[in-house]
Amino acid sequence: MLTKKEYSKIVEKHSGKSPVIKDTLRAFFVGGFICTLGEFLKKSYLSFGLSEEIAGTTVSITLIFIASVLTVIGVFDRIGQFAGAGTLVPITGFSNAVTSPAIEFKTEGLVPGTAAKIFTVAGPVIVYGTLSSVIAGLIYFFIK
Amino acid sequence: MYNAGNGTIIFDKKPSVLSFSAVVGKKEGAGPYGKYFDQVEEDAHFGQETWEKAESENLRRSIDLTLQKGGFKAEDIDFSISGDLLNQCTSSGYALRSLGIPFLGVYGACSTMAESMLLGSLIINGGGAKRVLCSTSSNFCSAERQFRMPLEYGGQRTPSAQWTVTGSGSVVLGNGGAGPFIDSVSCGKIVDMGIKDAANMGAAMAPAFTDTVKKHFEATGRDFSYYDLVVSGDLGIVGMDIANDLFSRDGIKTLGKYNDCGAMIFDKETQDTHAGGSGCGCSASMLCGYILPEMKKGNLRHVLFAATGALMSPTFTMQGESIPSISHAISLEA
Repeated sequence: MLTKKEYSKIVEKHSGKSPVIKDTLRAFFVGGFICTLGEFLKKSYLSFGLSEEIAGTTVSITLIFIASVLTVIGVFDRIGQFAGAGTLVPITGFSNAVTSPAIEFKTEGLVPGTAAKIFTVAGPVIVYGTLSSVIAGLIYFFIK
Repeated sequence: MYNAGNGTIIFDKKPSVLSFSAVVGKKEGAGPYGKYFDQVEEDAHFGQETWEKAESENLRRSIDLTLQKGGFKAEDIDFSISGDLLNQCTSSGYALRSLGIPFLGVYGACSTMAESMLLGSLIINGGGAKRVLCSTSSNFCSAERQFRMPLEYGGQRTPSAQWTVTGSGSVVLGNGGAGPFIDSVSCGKIVDMGIKDAANMGAAMAPAFTDTVKKHFEATGRDFSYYDLVVSGDLGIVGMDIANDLFSRDGIKTLGKYNDCGAMIFDKETQDTHAGGSGCGCSASMLCGYILPEMKKGNLRHVLFAATGALMSPTFTMQGESIPSISHAISLEA
């Protein structure tokens, strides 16, 4: 009789690993491209006379907008499948995580669908992001 | 009919498959078996507004076509047995609501086609009905919505992940006719080997499949040499490898006759489906689109169709439970 432990070894043998090197290289180049694009945008906004802080915020808004549009026209998930963490980790991933459930659950109505489900993917990031920033803020306040 | 033990029932008057059809989506139509399916729908929405309605419409079309191909009207059918993956088997409920056929909803996850045919053949052989309609469906988009992430979410799939088939298969079972016939059925038991990864369903279901096949062989005294094809439902490429490994550990020679609907339905290289197809519609459309027609043509004489199902829900998976699985087998002869 095969035990669960023996079986998990058989499964491991056949399951195949994610191609880590290929995935990492793709993430590096696509993620790097997004960051370069961000830098390019920032330099452009600065040249328009925006302050350093406002230019930074405007870059984030622009990237969020682009990712959101690419999600709606059905392109982002294909790029994401290729790039993995390259598109998921930058702010583009956050934008996609909010936009994709928003359009997905539109069929159940704007209130019980879109509005209720919009943060199903990004919710944990918002909750723990806020929590950790509060903790970091408190530590900063006391050691300052 | 009599109970041969191990969940296997052998029929005296073998129920026959009177009519069948498979209706699939565009991606399945572009796969290696695309030309075998009765209809390939280019519109992912099947002319509907939502993915759930699309799935139900897909099922309704297959049922309509099966009735039409057999020259049946809804009133010629005594019972309909159907199930699917959507919560509360709603694809089936909506697809069959206008037909007025006495309805039994069943849930066997992706093993539903075999489960519904198993129950249907028992009713036929027991003399409880002249004709029973058995059907199931699945849809990539409605399944993703219910079980995984939003469709447009840009995450990466793992190599063992499978692609839910958009498709539906249905059969009318009865007496007489030209066949193929069901000579025996094996009801599987729930097998859980502790797999918790919902992105590796093939691994969860493979032991259920090999268990049912072994029990079927023990009860009928057959082995792989009797069958031209023994086909699992949707173990996919990973699950099929594991099943082959499990067979060889038990000293069972598959003689090159084992295949899997999930591994067959898509082209791994060009269709980016990772470990292959899954979903109720996977085995159902391969059975009704490819296997049954090949049996009719005389290219396959004996087939053991063993659809496989993972009896899990996202809630249980999140609560840390492993995935219980099942496989039911239908033994067909031309």
